[in-house]
Amino acid sequence: MRARTAALLTIAILAAFSTPQAAGPIPVTAAAPTDQKAIVHLLNRIGYGPRPGDVERVRELGLQKYIDQQLHPERIADAAMDTRLSGFVTINLSSREISEQYEQPQLELRQARKQQAAAAPPNGQPAQTPNPDMTPEMRRAARGGVPPQQQAQAVLIELQEQKLLRAIYSERQLQEVLTDFWFNHFNVDARKGRDRFLLTEYEREAIRPNVLGKFRDLLGATAKSPAMLFYLDNFQSVDPNAGAARGGRGLRPGVTAGRGRVRGGLNMPMPTPPPQQQARAPRGLNENYGRELMELHTLGVDGGYTQKDVTEVARAFTGWTIDNPRQGGGFQFNARMHDEREKVVLGHRIKAGGINDGEEVLTILATHPSTARFISTKLARRFVSDTPPDSLIDRLSAKFKDTKGDLREVMRTLLTSPEFQSPDAYRAKVKTPLEFIVSAVRATGAEVVNARQLVSGMQQLGMPLYQCQPPTGYKDTADAWTNTGALVNRMNFATTLSTNRQLGMSPAQLQALGNRDTLLDTIVSGDVSETTRATVAKASTVPQMVALTLGSPEFQRR
Amino acid sequence: MTSRRIFLKNGAFALVSLGFAPSFLARTAFAAGTGRAKRLIAIFQRGAVDGLNMVVPHGEADYYRARPSIAIPRPRTADGALDLDGFFGFNPRVGSLKPLWDSRDLAIVNACGSPDSTRSHFDAQDYMESGTPGVKSTQDGWLNRYLQARKEETESSFRAVALSQQLPRMLQGLAPALAMNQIAQFGIRGGQSDVMSTSFEAQYAAAADQVLNGVGREAFSAMKTLKVADPSKYQPDNGAQYPTSPFGQALRQIAQLTKSDVGLEVAFADIGGWDTHVNQGAAQGQLATRLDDFSRSISALVADLGDRMADTVVLTMSEFGRAVNENGNRGTDHGHGNAMLVIGGGVRGGKVYGKWPGLSVDRRYEGRDLAVTTDFRDVFGEVVVRHLGLTNPQSVFPGYSVQPSKFPGLFA
Repeated sequence: MRARTAALLTIAILAAFSTPQAAGPIPVTAAAPTDQKAIVHLLNRIGYGPRPGDVERVRELGLQKYIDQQLHPERIADAAMDTRLSGFVTINLSSREISEQYEQPQLELRQARKQQAAAAPPNGQPAQTPNPDMTPEMRRAARGGVPPQQQAQAVLIELQEQKLLRAIYSERQLQEVLTDFWFNHFNVDARKGRDRFLLTEYEREAIRPNVLGKFRDLLGATAKSPAMLFYLDNFQSVDPNAGAARGGRGLRPGVTAGRGRVRGGLNMPMPTPPPQQQARAPRGLNENYGRELMELHTLGVDGGYTQKDVTEVARAFTGWTIDNPRQGGGFQFNARMHDEREKVVLGHRIKAGGINDGEEVLTILATHPSTARFISTKLARRFVSDTPPDSLIDRLSAKFKDTKGDLREVMRTLLTSPEFQSPDAYRAKVKTPLEFIVSAVRATGAEVVNARQLVSGMQQLGMPLYQCQPPTGYKDTADAWTNTGALVNRMNFATTLSTNRQLGMSPAQLQALGNRDTLLDTIVSGDVSETTRATVAKASTVPQMVALTLGSPEFQRR
Repeated sequence: MTSRRIFLKNGAFALVSLGFAPSFLARTAFAAGTGRAKRLIAIFQRGAVDGLNMVVPHGEADYYRARPSIAIPRPRTADGALDLDGFFGFNPRVGSLKPLWDSRDLAIVNACGSPDSTRSHFDAQDYMESGTPGVKSTQDGWLNRYLQARKEETESSFRAVALSQQLPRMLQGLAPALAMNQIAQFGIRGGQSDVMSTSFEAQYAAAADQVLNGVGREAFSAMKTLKVADPSKYQPDNGAQYPTSPFGQALRQIAQLTKSDVGLEVAFADIGGWDTHVNQGAAQGQLATRLDDFSRSISALVADLGDRMADTVVLTMSEFGRAVNENGNRGTDHGHGNAMLVIGGGVRGGKVYGKWPGLSVDRRYEGRDLAVTTDFRDVFGEVVVRHLGLTNPQSVFPGYSVQPSKFPGLFA
């Protein structure tokens, strides 16, 4: 039965892509079999584009089998990826460990400097005696080792590099694409306060394990993540009617008996704030998370909620906070911050009480028809086209509802849908900077020595990783990424990449890409204009041929 | 010259009259006949600036009641507001714009905003940029529709430029518009860049892909213009000191393009960081730091453009204001009405425009926010008609009846 479905599917895909072109020369090399387009299309959507040899591998395996495999990343061996990342010291640390090893030394050093400055003699010379409060580690850092500020930056840099390397080299391509999709959906900006120390765990624990699981689990994981609680301010949202206790110590997030060092107002990165900042304990409701939870994470802006719903949801989430936020603590429900009165959300009366108020809201939102439609639309836009057909959105929404938000089944429906395989979808998407950079490296088959330049490339192309400021995340449509400045930057990136040894473009690698007749087909998998072919053919060096191929209009689409 | 500029320590400048009214209005006549077109520089404060702490209604007792810990104190007190007209005052960190108010070159439109009630950043920005509040299907931005309405025969590729990584919604549409982050880096770099540039240009010109074909044409045409203008050796005039911030540098480049005479008519820059839900501060703190960058950048731009300001209007906007009451975290949540600044050529400045609805709870929008008494389209409309000189602005604001009787009256 299964084999039969696969066979039918393959026939359907072949039929979809083998329609002969009406006019003009067919630029695909004569030897290319007719299913080439279908395979390239799949590799461009399910992952970050083909590497040399990928098309043949998928052809041998079969499209359906490849899709099945990608839907079960846990069954795909990816040991080479682990080896490649083995030198990264922070990507497997918990937020607590990151805080201890990277955040605290920075804070303590800053504090020590402050004290030193205060103790300085009136002539302004700093005191010469080493501060006894400094740990040997801090003294070493202060003496000219790597400054703690830079070490703190290292956490984000490693996170950025691992993301690019996984996107380029992981065999679990769909998992990487979806991890990016869902991180962007539940966006958190690393530049907000101490979020840069929290994103490593956020992506690893809240996002990646859930991208092919149940939507409710993914939603719950983000709702309880310190990264999100901090980014959208919920960790300090307090029952506005907490009365006499308002502003009292017990209402500060994460402060439990005997651990009184932690205070609210985390925008001031000092372990012991001066008195006026101590007064910054949260004193009331903060609507930020409540609003974005409905607008961006679940229902969508037209999903049918009101300002009143926003306030009610915010009340339901009072008390969802962070345990000892300054030390990388995890989720904590603080009953004393919680508004226990009844709430009405989208017509549902909520009186579950305590932490269950928030849990119930998440369940209501995760199972709401608007959510099914909103998520389906976003997925269809990512995987099919900027304006996906209603028929597809309807089918995905129905699958979402039928399976109670099973994201694997929704993805299976999407990837095997006629809309996905339609000729209209072929090269319908303009690549985002991430897709452009990653697919460029993949297409050349290069072995990246140092990914740092790819990180700055992302910055130059306007998509700095983990640094999208608004909670909306980066846009996924062509209008956001096709403008003059961005286009020039892409051509320049193509030029840089084609000669850069740090990015793996050694002379030997360039040689492996072939000659002026085959290189274009290796990288773009054929199907380019006569002009593009001519410009590449007359380029005087191999790096220039590579640059002209990667910078070409054809390579900007997937 | 009818005036000369004196630079104060803080980088702001004052105009000293030499017997004539020292405003741009007076110099409009002076500049006439040079053939210079009018220009608009649109500035977006993304994230919803707290207008009530930028243009402070210090004459309202309700303002102080609503904001026990973050209100800007009354004028003539420590960190107090800089009084403008006895009722409103600038946040002290907007001080570098005060000389422009004093010389009547800066006007404020208060309680201004959208008729739509959304408190979503995304939607509200979208509406302010599409110019069609409540309608999401609008394909293009209102500034682009202005460009379309006045299509010129020989179009400069620099007619509309956004100094930003991405082309803002406001400038998206059929009329060509450029987006660039760094004008100095706008070109094909690397070895044999001329040859490579020619090849890339040919590829994009031949592309059947309409989107990339169009963007490619714009890019290469702009590169050629810029090469001739050579803005690489730019020095600001009149001692203008731009902050080193991205916003300051964006405005510096707008001045650069303006003075390169490459045909710039509409420029755009944006500045973020206004979404102050937590610890927004008052005369010091988060918001104050943003306002300081914002105002010093604009005052440097105005100083740098000098006489060219006679033909230039700088217009600032933000998607909505913030709630009147401070929230539980000494910040402010999303609100409704807000303040816009209009600076430059022909503006009847030194005045706060728009009916002030008051801040008592019963006068607020939905009981919580500053009400909107001026539709933002009436401000945009007046700028388009009276400054840029478009006689029929109807196509710029579809679904809205643009009537001079509804204009705030910013221009004579």
